Amino acid sequence: MAEELELERISEAEWLLPKHGEMRAPARVIADELTIAQLRQDTVEKREWNALRQLRDVACLPGIVGEALALPDVHPGYGFPIGGVAAFDAIDGVVVVGGVGFDINCGVRLLATPLDRAALASRADDVARDLFDTVPAGIGSEGNLRLPMSEIDELLEQGASYVIERGYGLTDDIEFIEENGRIEDADPSAVSTVAKQRQFRQVGTLGAGNHYLEVQEVAEILDREAAAAYGLTEGQIVISIHTGSRALGHQIGQDYLKVMEEASRKYHIPIRQQELVCAPITSPEGSRYLSAIACGANCAFANRQVIAHLVRSVLHRIFGMSPSSVRTVYDIGHNNAKFEEHTIDGEIRRLLVHRKGSTRAFGPHHAESPAIYRDVGHPTLVGGTMGTASYVMHGTDLGMTKAFGSGIHGAGRALSRKKAAKKYWGEDVKSDLLSRGIILRAHSTRGIAEEAPGAYKDVERVVNAAVRSGISRPVARLIPIIVIKG
Amino acid sequence: MAFEYLDHISDVCIRASGETLSEAFCEAARAMFNLMVDIGQVAPREAVKVRVSARTPKLLLVEWLGQLLSNKDLTGLIFSRFSATIEKKGEQITLVGSARGEAFDPSHHEAKTEVKGVTYAGLRVWEEDGQFIAQCVLDV
Repeated sequence: MAEELELERISEAEWLLPKHGEMRAPARVIADELTIAQLRQDTVEKREWNALRQLRDVACLPGIVGEALALPDVHPGYGFPIGGVAAFDAIDGVVVVGGVGFDINCGVRLLATPLDRAALASRADDVARDLFDTVPAGIGSEGNLRLPMSEIDELLEQGASYVIERGYGLTDDIEFIEENGRIEDADPSAVSTVAKQRQFRQVGTLGAGNHYLEVQEVAEILDREAAAAYGLTEGQIVISIHTGSRALGHQIGQDYLKVMEEASRKYHIPIRQQELVCAPITSPEGSRYLSAIACGANCAFANRQVIAHLVRSVLHRIFGMSPSSVRTVYDIGHNNAKFEEHTIDGEIRRLLVHRKGSTRAFGPHHAESPAIYRDVGHPTLVGGTMGTASYVMHGTDLGMTKAFGSGIHGAGRALSRKKAAKKYWGEDVKSDLLSRGIILRAHSTRGIAEEAPGAYKDVERVVNAAVRSGISRPVARLIPIIVIKG
Repeated sequence: MAFEYLDHISDVCIRASGETLSEAFCEAARAMFNLMVDIGQVAPREAVKVRVSARTPKLLLVEWLGQLLSNKDLTGLIFSRFSATIEKKGEQITLVGSARGEAFDPSHHEAKTEVKGVTYAGLRVWEEDGQFIAQCVLDV
């Protein structure tokens, strides 16, 4: 086993697993030494959950193009490693449930406010209380927007624009959402009635687990030109919304797991682990699943849009702020599979890019970036965890050629939830954060312990590895002031 | 009858056992709902019926737990008590059962974490020393 997963260092922050055995492509790990040491240890100790083995198994799938990639926040997932990227030929490739997951298009929306820390300080408790009361979060929470079943289909087709047209946000938001908040080819008939019924009460809810809403301060500008383009200044108050497609995405994942299991057998796809069940992209099953993924992605865009509107309503109540003064900096997902064009060996090819716990990070001058960001590339949003910093970054030309224009999505877990819950006590975490000036409001005390800052890798280390490899550049470091958890 | 949580870095691996396959499956359901709330606080006031089929016992486990997750959102109930009868007919194994619980009430039930889905990771169903054991990773 150890020999099979032998990594070769190829640059300061990159390791290669050469193509061998059943691999149809090499695998590349972009990370720092500590992460590589952890991956090697998992292999030596023959741990059941092994991100490197998962990456190798992804590299064995039919139609894979270039390399299977793991980014610096890599850790074991189900099927794909978290922090994984894999692109497949649009004709010969496969679509893999494990490369998308249950929380389809889970992602982050960043809002910029005209406030600075001093202006927030005197009302911080009120803001925390109002956000906690206004944004539905936690188990069993219900959204205020109740759609009739006939309209859920429209939401799934139209994404963020559907809720904006109904008063949840500004038309200007659209330009600053990945794919303009709507992935084409979304076909609601590919989504089960159960999935739609489950979503009925969950539009505009945050959820639980690692999802959060954070009020943050721009603590440091790391790239003046890019920060100016994004409208970020030091000391500015910004707000991050981390959530996904809620029950609709969960049910799509569950429904299609079964469909893909049957498709893998029907099309005789050689898969090395059952979590990698998949279907040819061009098969009826694959095509329907992709239509359903697009619906799930659009649902997530709409969900973050509704929550952004709720955040604006809180800022209006407390500071009299107009909605247009709270600008969407960007909204980007980190669990998705979508079609993109990439240049491979000088040839433009249409690929299905799976990003599981990684974001799109197109470099400068890409037509998909908002016009005012085009010179630097669109922002990518790297989530921290309660007590730790988050980062705004952007992609690079090198990232386009090395990583299909992809970037990191967060710190990545270092401790399991079980170990974290044993090691930390929710109330202690809360008072520790408060002593550092961070207000935490959460629906679950156990959830706080599981998500304790110490349960995650050091986000600075993860960001540094991405920068050292050249795939991303840091723009701004954000530190939390108010944290709302499910 | 028992269940436990095995260490998994990003998600949760549940392992449940029972003297019959049905018992192990019911314990797996208890393990799953106990991640969301303390199931000791959930009274079995209302019941929903469940019927799922699959080719193999382990695929049946995923269908059963997945169906219970759907039922949670569709009914607004959380469940703590389960019954199941599993029968093999031809190529298909069918589980007919029920889940009992009550409406989730945040003032009464302490919320823990949300379960997003039932994965094929770590998915195994086996018999050992007269016990049936069911295991899988849940995405949380």
